Amino acid sequence: MLTFLVLPIVAIFLESSPGKLISSLGQPVVQEALWLSLKTTALALALILGVGTPAAYFLATRHFRGRAIVITLVELPLVLPPAVAGIGLLAAIGPAGILAPIGVSFSLSTAAVVIALTFVASPFYVRQALASFGAVDATVVDAARTLGASEAEAFARIVIPTAMPGLVAGTALALGRALGEFGATLMFAGSFVGVTQTVPLAIYNRFSVRFEDALALSVVLVVVSAAILLSVKFVRGGEALGGVGGPRG
Amino acid sequence: MSATTWVKAGAASLLGALAISGCGGNDDQSAGGEAKTRVIVSAAASLTEALTSCQREIDGVDPKLSFAGSDELAAQIRQGVKPDVYLAANTKLPAELAREGLVGDPIEFASNELVVAVPADSEIDAIDDLTKRDTTIVLGTKEVPFGSYARTVLSRLPGRQSTAILDNVRSEEPDVKSAVGKLLQGAADATFTYNTDVTAAGGKLKAVKLPDDLQPIVAYGGAVVDGASQPQAAMSYLDSVTSGACERALRDAGFGPPPAP
Repeated sequence: MLTFLVLPIVAIFLESSPGKLISSLGQPVVQEALWLSLKTTALALALILGVGTPAAYFLATRHFRGRAIVITLVELPLVLPPAVAGIGLLAAIGPAGILAPIGVSFSLSTAAVVIALTFVASPFYVRQALASFGAVDATVVDAARTLGASEAEAFARIVIPTAMPGLVAGTALALGRALGEFGATLMFAGSFVGVTQTVPLAIYNRFSVRFEDALALSVVLVVVSAAILLSVKFVRGGEALGGVGGPRG
Repeated sequence: MSATTWVKAGAASLLGALAISGCGGNDDQSAGGEAKTRVIVSAAASLTEALTSCQREIDGVDPKLSFAGSDELAAQIRQGVKPDVYLAANTKLPAELAREGLVGDPIEFASNELVVAVPADSEIDAIDDLTKRDTTIVLGTKEVPFGSYARTVLSRLPGRQSTAILDNVRSEEPDVKSAVGKLLQGAADATFTYNTDVTAAGGKLKAVKLPDDLQPIVAYGGAVVDGASQPQAAMSYLDSVTSGACERALRDAGFGPPPAP
């Protein structure tokens, strides 16, 4: 089982040599893909954190009718096939989508890539954030409020620091998902060098042109993904250790 | 188009996708009880409708069809993937693979016509309309045949015209289905693809014909893959494509006979 899971990744490294890797990574097409992936993933993460954090806090602390349904809907893109996400985005906000009559339409642009990444990756963050906010001891927050802290102060000084390990882990998972997004991007945003061709799309495109380039880009994605996974493990470890004492006592 | 139309179209696409995935898992044969030999066929995406329609009509052969851009399929074969039959939307890729000893002698089995495909209600009716600003064009990649034919056409145009058209390109698609999908969803105004793709879209698209002096020769080549696990059945399948049930299906779908040598 372990061999099965590890062999393809080992093969990516065995098939490429440092020399070929460097010459492939030096190509403009490859560099543009890397830069575009970096840019779109960063923008998507900013959107996810900016909107997802207050939304997750609201969902974690307020109880209202239909809350379970709302949470399920927010989590739905987690299990949605990327092709379905692509179709859905086109049908909703594509040039002929249901929002097109009111002027909301995207496609074949960098903005469309950012939207696709945000759509598929946000549940990974919101889910973690929801769980972390839910685990914050409400009595501590209440105590802070009684002692004169405003709601914003209590949120910034108690809730966020306590939930931080979970928020970081959620961010890392969303980052990994956004970086690897392929299907929804191709369907909704298309594939054009420097505009919409992110690293996974470039890998698919270079596969039939220059296998070395596809390998080189794959190596980069493996390294980045491994780094993300390790950082999540590291933060999780810290959470387990720090959870005992911490600000709750 | 109205919002509800698109909600319906979206729902229909979803149902369609479910139906297709349902068929994929179904291995038993619908007609007759005779044993058929399974043949794995890697074919150009533009052959999808024609070859799917004839797959149950070939004596002794049960083809498992896999469609993608001809260049992607060739790259898979170069990486050691062994389908039994390879069918490409040009003659160049099969000839290259034959020279590399990866497939047997290639044959030509069909021809096609390159057109400018536009939505049925489009105002585009000549190639010059593609030079207008704010026209969104998608092309195939340089490597996939329908993209490479399109570039041949552009290279035959006056420089200023071809530059203006290339400036309007917003996406390079890996196969014809992906490009046609962009047109059907309103994401693009035009693409260069085959006349048969316009026919297959059933009235949603129309074809703007190219003048004769711009029309490239579009010939489809195929071969039995070297080391195919079922070489004889693979040959029978190829026969059906050149002179049997699948040849008729190809003609019905609008493919022409192979160009005269």
